[in-house]
Amino acid sequence: MHPAPSVIIFTCISGLGFGLLTFLGLNFPDVSGWTAFWFFFIAFGLAVGGLVSSTFHLGNPQRAWKAFSQWRTSWLSREGVFAVLALMVMGLYALLVIFFDTKIAPLGWLGAALSLITAICTSMIYGQMKTVPRWNMSSTPVLYVMYSLAGGALLAGQMTAALVLIVFLTGFQIYAWMQGDKRFDEAGHTIESATGLGNLGKVRLLESPHSGENYLTKEMIHKIGRKHAMKLRIISALFLGVLPIFVMTFMEVHHIGAAVLVISHMIGLFISRWLFFAEAEHVVGLYYDKR
Amino acid sequence: MTALPASTPKKLGLAIDLDICVGCHACVINCKEWNTSNYGAPLGDQDAYGANPVGTFLNRIHTFEVKAPEQPAQTVHFPKSCLHCEDAPCVTVCPTGASYKRAEDGIVLVNESDCIGCGLCAWACPYGARELDAQEGVMKKCTLCVDRIYNENLPEEDREPACVRTCPANARHFGDFADPESNVSKMSAERGGLVLMEDQDTKPVNRYLPPRPKADIQTDGDIDILAPFLEPVADTPKGLLGWLDKALEAI
Ligand code: SF4
Ligand code: SF4
Ligand code: SF4
Repeated sequence: MHPAPSVIIFTCISGLGFGLLTFLGLNFPDVSGWTAFWFFFIAFGLAVGGLVSSTFHLGNPQRAWKAFSQWRTSWLSREGVFAVLALMVMGLYALLVIFFDTKIAPLGWLGAALSLITAICTSMIYGQMKTVPRWNMSSTPVLYVMYSLAGGALLAGQMTAALVLIVFLTGFQIYAWMQGDKRFDEAGHTIESATGLGNLGKVRLLESPHSGENYLTKEMIHKIGRKHAMKLRIISALFLGVLPIFVMTFMEVHHIGAAVLVISHMIGLFISRWLFFAEAEHVVGLYYDKR
Repeated sequence: MTALPASTPKKLGLAIDLDICVGCHACVINCKEWNTSNYGAPLGDQDAYGANPVGTFLNRIHTFEVKAPEQPAQTVHFPKSCLHCEDAPCVTVCPTGASYKRAEDGIVLVNESDCIGCGLCAWACPYGARELDAQEGVMKKCTLCVDRIYNENLPEEDREPACVRTCPANARHFGDFADPESNVSKMSAERGGLVLMEDQDTKPVNRYLPPRPKADIQTDGDIDILAPFLEPVADTPKGLLGWLDKALEAI
């Protein structure tokens, strides 16, 4: 699949934003006044910034509001609805905390739950795609939620939680990469099964429908950069997990150290999300004899 | 609404004969011509006369080679357009309700004034039947020529999809798969119509009639298998030719 920068930025930073909102809703860290303002400012900036970025890849963004209507069937629609609900509830919670120094715990819990559900909805946009076997597995939602929570814990300065979550996340990401590598073949999709001509013999594409590219080949059949996938996975795992885990375990983390941790984790996150798209193979590629 | 109808009284669709299609692309061109000038946004092209032309098409012909061991390879031309699936995943993923399946005849359509061009429906379709138009930013797909098949302004014989109407080989057939007595249902039953990518659980309406088995002719080492069937011509010439024949033989 084509790794569109707007979608990578959207899933990464809004995931982090809602992860941080989850922790803030649960009252970690226990802050108020200006300190609380800055925490909420970062959380809302990331969550909203991500959502805005997601509209950049739309053909007709001026109608984006219509996307709230089909929550009964569409995960994308659900994501929009829950994102707005989470932002509204957490917005109210934040207002009370910052300006009135009042904490209504149940309101925070509700906001936290809605933030987490938003992250799940985002993951299901991809997880539901039967046409992309690498995405269509149960580890996709688990992975997205873990990314959201681990990054959220780091941003919320919850070092113990962050350490535990990042250890699990890194391990699980490596497991998901390995599982993903097998998915397409396990699903049994071949050019023979796609064309239904397998009983007549071995099938290959003799002539493509057209000499150039088309929307489908550009959008669904992305092969550039895949050859470096292994190296990128290693780099991603290092920045995402290994480096932060090392720093958190063996060093005293102060402000600058925390910033370095966050940046390192985010670099790892962006690389892994790029791979999530670039490595995903859509079954339509079979009709073009490409994967 | 992007909820799918539980069932539709009619299931309009195509039976495409892989044995007959000669890969002429006439249906591709006529489809583009009709659909760029009728319902909805036109089917845009970019860099049409340049080095890298791309454009939106609703129907495309792939050509495959099939090779069984010890057999000569066989060419199969493979037309591909929307299969108007009963469990259309492209419809349920749509966040705006722009994609829908008609309750009355099962045709899957896009209401372009609601489409935000997110492209999710194209991801959800396993067959590559949807293309986002780069010019208009809306999703385009086969409409089964909904603006022809019910169009009383057209002569009766033109009230079928443009691809079906134009196919010079008669490889494409239009009809109602819900009616077991329809032309397409009978054809599909007789030929064992293929359900494309059944494992994707989309329940397509369209059927592909598989290539018929090739006749297994024993040639006994004789390359020209038809020669033995030909009548020998002018075995014993008569008239002028006869005289010439004898005269030449005598020399
Ligand atoms: S062929 Fe593709 S676009 Fe057409 S109904 Fe089926 S899934 Fe949807
Ligand atoms: S591209 Fe248009 S029709 Fe397709 S899912 Fe998005 S809004 Fe719906
Ligand atoms: S017009 Fe008919 S024969 Fe020609 S490519 Fe289309 S289906 Fe095949």
